[in-house]
Amino acid sequence: MKDITLGQYYPGNSVLHKADPRAKLVVTILYIVAIFLAKSIYSYGAVVLSAILLLVISRVSVSVVLKGIKPLIYVIVITGIMNILFTTGKTPLFQWWIIKVYPEGLRAAGLMVIRIIVLIMGSSLLLTYTTTPIALTDGIEQLLAPLKKIKLPVHDFAMMMTIALRFIPTLLEETDKIMNAQKARGGDFSSGSLIQRAKALVPVLVPLFVSAFRRADELAVAMECRCYRGGDGRTRMTKLKFAARDWFLVIFTVLFCALLVTLNIYFGPAQVVVEAVV
Amino acid sequence: MAIIELEGVSYIYGAKTPYEMTALDNIDLKIEKGAITGLIGHTGSGKSTLVQMLNGLIRPTSGRVLLDGKDIWAEPKKIRDIRFKVGLVMQYPEYQLFDETVRADIAFGLKNMKMPEEEIAERVERAAEFSNLDLSLLDKSPFDLSGGQRRRAAIAGVIAMSPQVLVLDEPAAGLDPRGRREILDGVKRFSRESGTTVIIVSHSMEDMAQYCDNAAVLSRGKLFMYGSCSDVFGRAPMLCSVGLDIPHVTRINQKLIELGLPLPEDVYTVDYAADKIAKLLGLGGEVK
Repeated sequence: MKDITLGQYYPGNSVLHKADPRAKLVVTILYIVAIFLAKSIYSYGAVVLSAILLLVISRVSVSVVLKGIKPLIYVIVITGIMNILFTTGKTPLFQWWIIKVYPEGLRAAGLMVIRIIVLIMGSSLLLTYTTTPIALTDGIEQLLAPLKKIKLPVHDFAMMMTIALRFIPTLLEETDKIMNAQKARGGDFSSGSLIQRAKALVPVLVPLFVSAFRRADELAVAMECRCYRGGDGRTRMTKLKFAARDWFLVIFTVLFCALLVTLNIYFGPAQVVVEAVV
Repeated sequence: MAIIELEGVSYIYGAKTPYEMTALDNIDLKIEKGAITGLIGHTGSGKSTLVQMLNGLIRPTSGRVLLDGKDIWAEPKKIRDIRFKVGLVMQYPEYQLFDETVRADIAFGLKNMKMPEEEIAERVERAAEFSNLDLSLLDKSPFDLSGGQRRRAAIAGVIAMSPQVLVLDEPAAGLDPRGRREILDGVKRFSRESGTTVIIVSHSMEDMAQYCDNAAVLSRGKLFMYGSCSDVFGRAPMLCSVGLDIPHVTRINQKLIELGLPLPEDVYTVDYAADKIAKLLGLGGEVK
């Protein structure tokens, strides 16, 4: 149970860790756009380089990043195979039964796999690994603040998100504890048929729900005791500050997007370049 | 004779991550059969980790846990049998109750042991008696019980399995003095009448001194002291050096020794202290 690391914050002290969460949110969105802008081999090269650069400056260990990609390995493999099988071109590379593999298919598969991996790496390095969940919700709340004008309860959503994130580890721990308690009385969660296993979970789920409701109740009382009445007039203990480094981060990313567009214009889409090489 | 032996047991949480932490460091410990052993230590000293090793809920990173001389991890697939032999009551066990009636909840472990119905009924009532749970409560929903009653119901659920070793992690935490007494008296009676080995984790020195035969002190994942209660509580300054409290009566006794009274060092129960002081005053056994 403990192996499930939601939020997966990787403690550190790098520039990315220190950056303002709002800057990181904006940069992540821009970065995702940039990845989809890449069309030529050169712009793909730039995208891969940028992902490696992020890995270096965040100082998150490579094994942690690989672990993050692992659960998505099937998606990546299936996408690759689909691209190989269903992309058609002029002359097939080889043919067997109804399967025809074209060089264009191999190329598309390769690029798609790179794109997915960079997408995961980029967004996790920029956001989840380097930002605590609390900082993240703070950032989201402030970025969405203008929506308060049209009466959207932005603060309440952010508070709900913060509380939900805050209680994920608590509930996981609780689940672990209750499972252990039932195991100590001979509860068996890992053998038997699917129905037997589902039944074995009842002794875990009942106490878990009971305690979740109890916790929610206690938390509500504790918040009311401290006069919590929603976001109006509430001040913050840590004010987010948009520093020079954050502006630099945003400007750098915008320039990166511009670079990719330029590379596309000068060298054309990938198809043409690779065909020339082939 | 030892029923449980730990040989060089260590445990590391989150090995090879930034959160790595050594919870237990090379523990050697022999638990005497039939005795009540207290496990004392500060928060984070590794007590709870240690007790979860005794019934195989966690596997030591290195070292061996022996039950009756046999490594409990010799056959990992049969670890469930070990859990019936070493009954563990976790901290705040009242939150593990789930069934419709208290009776059914206490029977959960017995049903997992595949015991015949008649025997289950008999054992449930006996376990309820040992944990001072009123029999009229057995047909109520566990969620209608008070906190202390629920705690006793949960303890009964483990006692019902008649384990060879009963391990209780902070069984009296958060209860009033009467609730504490009811639970600990019941456990002691169960141990004495059935000959079951009992291990109690606590940081209440008063309770330990009163109910245990032996005491083991853990400090920062290491076994700091182990011996009979009089051995351990007789060395009050050592206990204080690792930040542990000593029973009130021991503290008063220490003060009296400092004042120059010729009292023994190993005072840890009120009766014994009263006896010694009475003798000193030349009153014989009159004071009580």
